[in-house]
Amino acid sequence: MTTAGPAGARLDAQTFPYGRYRTAGRWLGRTWRSPAMRALTKAVLTIWITTTLTFGLIRLMPGSPVDIKIEELTRDGAMTYEEARGMVGALIAIDLDAPVHEQYLSFLEHLARGDLGASFLSSGTSVSSIILAVLPWTILAVGVGTFLSFIVGVLIGLVAAYRRGGWFDNLFVTGSSIVSSIQPYLLAVMIIVVFGVQLRWLPVAQMRGATTPGIAPGFTLEFIGDVLYHASLPILMFFLVHIGHWVLSMKSATLGSLEEDYVAAARARGLSDARITTAYVGRNAILPLVQQLAIAAGFIVGGSILIETLLVYPGVGYRLDRAIAQRDYPVMQGILLVITASVVVANLVADLVYSKIDPRIGRPGGASG
Amino acid sequence: MTAAAAGIGAARALPGWVESTVDFLRLLSRRPVGLLGLAGIVFFILFALVVPVFVPVLDATDVTAVYQGPSAAHPLGTDYAGRDVLNQLVHGGREILVTAALTGFLSTLTAVALGAIAATVGGKVDAVIVAVNDVVLTIPHFPVLVVAAALLRPDGVVVLALLLAALTWSALLRQIRAQVLSLRERDYIEAARALDLGLPHIVFREILPNMRSYIVIHFILGVTAAIYLIVGLVVLGLVPLSGKNWAITIYFAVNQGALYFRDSFLSIASPIAMIVLFQLSLVFFVSALEDIFDPRLRRS
Repeated sequence: MTTAGPAGARLDAQTFPYGRYRTAGRWLGRTWRSPAMRALTKAVLTIWITTTLTFGLIRLMPGSPVDIKIEELTRDGAMTYEEARGMVGALIAIDLDAPVHEQYLSFLEHLARGDLGASFLSSGTSVSSIILAVLPWTILAVGVGTFLSFIVGVLIGLVAAYRRGGWFDNLFVTGSSIVSSIQPYLLAVMIIVVFGVQLRWLPVAQMRGATTPGIAPGFTLEFIGDVLYHASLPILMFFLVHIGHWVLSMKSATLGSLEEDYVAAARARGLSDARITTAYVGRNAILPLVQQLAIAAGFIVGGSILIETLLVYPGVGYRLDRAIAQRDYPVMQGILLVITASVVVANLVADLVYSKIDPRIGRPGGASG
Repeated sequence: MTAAAAGIGAARALPGWVESTVDFLRLLSRRPVGLLGLAGIVFFILFALVVPVFVPVLDATDVTAVYQGPSAAHPLGTDYAGRDVLNQLVHGGREILVTAALTGFLSTLTAVALGAIAATVGGKVDAVIVAVNDVVLTIPHFPVLVVAAALLRPDGVVVLALLLAALTWSALLRQIRAQVLSLRERDYIEAARALDLGLPHIVFREILPNMRSYIVIHFILGVTAAIYLIVGLVVLGLVPLSGKNWAITIYFAVNQGALYFRDSFLSIASPIAMIVLFQLSLVFFVSALEDIFDPRLRRS
């Protein structure tokens, strides 16, 4: 991390105190070297940069969405320029008459209070309520898909590592590397075309949406069954999209830990194979994967624009696609912020948890670079 | 090499790169999957960049010949507008290949430049580059790209490649930096530094040539990542480009409802097959390259 300066400079710093400036510099340096503080700073910085970037794009670009919206409202003479300007400002929670830097500060202030503005299209509907309405569907479909693929992928990877070179290893590992190098959307289209249209095994058109129209929501067996029926195709897609990665990672992690001395020692002590597999090999191999799972969990909230749109499944990704098509900028901005924040928070949690689990990372200035 | 061998003109005329290419092909020939990948890449480059020069564009719609099966006139049938599917495949590859290659080049260049600077200069410069890299790496790329594309409407190959490269360089930087850091400690670098040959000499003449294989691998991985993103943007209808590429064919198939039409199978499956096979070729070739260049992997 730090480059060792000439020995003389170091001696200087130790023998001659540079006063307050020096202490502040050291404090900053020490804070930056602490993994927890660095991870936190990084997280705040990332969210701030993304929001600033969207603010810049929406507000400052020539022919910006704000100008376009004002022009739309004034085009047929229904509204004067000032009225339209005031209305658009109220919608995106920005006072358009203030100087740009004040607009920016008030925008950040609204965000800090959790106010994401209101939709351009249906005035009065807050962006937060729109996001909250689509979030459960995405969490159900992507969440279940992600966790199922993790469990199944880890098991396949573990077995493949134990039987490397055998038919099981060849079949699943080759399959995984092929599936994980295909664009997920193309995989999903082919599944629909082959199993839904050509073979007619899947009633794809019927399975669209989150529920069958007209069904009464409630805690009934019928409703829950219907929700699962509609979620099954998205779950399957997300399962297929992610499983290859888990199989390949778990196999290589297991191969690595099989070579460790403590595994040989455990064998020498005459421990049973089952105990070695679960307590020694599997447990150590899964450690880095748990961190990856924490990061993957952050991506659940964002869902998938591509797959949700293809399957007409009303999750976060599908809503983002609608917002883009309708040029509903506050909704676009709000969804992007929520997606970024969840990814960043998940990364932060993964970093913190991992620095607790793995002593090599917890050491200041350790192997984090 | 003995003095006698060096004296023979023919041996001397063989430049180093020919020798290393022959060496490389010999190693590759022992890896059938890698050879298949290379063959695939060569095929797709010829198919997408050279064949279109000799084949005229057949763009006329023919409503009487919609979704026809394979025939002598249309080897892969016709699409929803009665156009020849094979002809569309021939002319639909160039844009995707060129954009992806340009993105791969720009993002590799950025990552190598910043990675080399970070590792050789060190100190505060290093800390800043690593921090910026961490931020770009954490941002969820595809959603950000979708929103940026919707707002900026990139309509040319170069603009799109710049937009894609602005996000994808971060995936390579960490590894490039680590590689340069480890190279820095080698004896010949120490020697160059002791001789006071200067930073540009050390970076361009000593460090980068020793990372050639590494840079090639990352360029190809960058191309693969770019194809992922380009296809995603195009099938959402955000970046139509010139309106003639494999991905836009898929976009129309999905949005015209052709997806649910049984006779449309070939017109949808063909462009998908092109993209998937090209990506698989790249992945296969890269895995063979990693195998050849990394002696630690060679034994497994």
